[in-house]
Amino acid sequence: MASLKELKDRIKSVKSTQKITKAKQMVAAAKLRKAQAAAEAARPYGERLAAVMGSLAAKVGKSESAPKLLAGTGADQRHLLVVVNTDKGLCGGLNANIVKEAKAQAKKLLAEGKDVTFYLVGKKGRAPIKRDFEKLIGKGYDTSAVRNIGFEEAEAIAAELIEMFDAGAFDVAHLVYPIFQSALAQEPTTVQLIPVPAPEVAEESGAVVEYEPDEEAILAELAPRYVKTQIFGALLEREASEQGASMTAMDNATRNAGELIDKLTIQYNRSRQAAITTELIEIIAGAEAL
Amino acid sequence: MALHFELVTPEKLVRSQDVHMVVVPGTEGEFGVLEGHAPFMSTIRDGNVQVYASAGSAPETIAVKGGFAEVGANGLTVLAEHVEA
Repeated sequence: MASLKELKDRIKSVKSTQKITKAKQMVAAAKLRKAQAAAEAARPYGERLAAVMGSLAAKVGKSESAPKLLAGTGADQRHLLVVVNTDKGLCGGLNANIVKEAKAQAKKLLAEGKDVTFYLVGKKGRAPIKRDFEKLIGKGYDTSAVRNIGFEEAEAIAAELIEMFDAGAFDVAHLVYPIFQSALAQEPTTVQLIPVPAPEVAEESGAVVEYEPDEEAILAELAPRYVKTQIFGALLEREASEQGASMTAMDNATRNAGELIDKLTIQYNRSRQAAITTELIEIIAGAEAL
Repeated sequence: MALHFELVTPEKLVRSQDVHMVVVPGTEGEFGVLEGHAPFMSTIRDGNVQVYASAGSAPETIAVKGGFAEVGANGLTVLAEHVEA
């Protein structure tokens, strides 16, 4: 049985851990609200852009004059997986789930005989993906130094991806990121990023729209913007998911620490009682012997 | 009698209000949009959007960078990547 001192130290250590997890939980809860607001504020832009892209893409179609970003290279051999992970840990199984999804996609593509390369955003995906696919990891983008993720980061990532695409580094790009559903559930998903899939046409207005410059020029201008917006959306979802997952994980940790403290306290009190009883028996026995 | 004007950036909805006229810096030249404008779509160049709250009032200028403008039945929507009020 552990000595009284050991138990006391153990309780103290668990208590300080509980303090940390509790603080982290509260920080995550506050940040979650902010991240959710940011994700909501970004929605109108994405919706408008998707609607415009949809109606334009329906007009121009998959004609030869369509921009390369929309039509693709014509091949379907080299795939790029853009995996968006968080930079910090302490968020439960979030990163593990994202990595699992990315690995499943990679395995599926490899089984079909395609070439796969990874482009990693965020720190926490690097190590687990490296374990299985060390040779396939290409470039990445480090967001760990950025405090408030914004459109600039999305622009930088999109610019690099489009440059790689123009240089012919890959044919198809997929984006793997978590979709924030609630603080309890974050669904890792994969969407095709490049070539830009034609969004569903939201509304078909009968009015004749005049374009300046022509449709194709506008479409060529819009396609990179659409990629940027998609990446920006993914970054915002990641942010909200991270905080949500972190809040839940830290809540659990705090509760577990509480249970452990209760258990240890009972054990501590019992040992103390036992020690006192033994001491008493010794004294009484000593007195009787006299 | 007003034109519904919306200015949207990836980060947020900057402006959503009814105004008299908006002058937008299109790639092929500036154009003014009044109420009842025909459906129109244009990319924009970096420049100033001028918002006239009412006829004859002094315009309010908003610097925008990269994006496009769309005129539809429900007014004018400017999607810009960067906005400096």
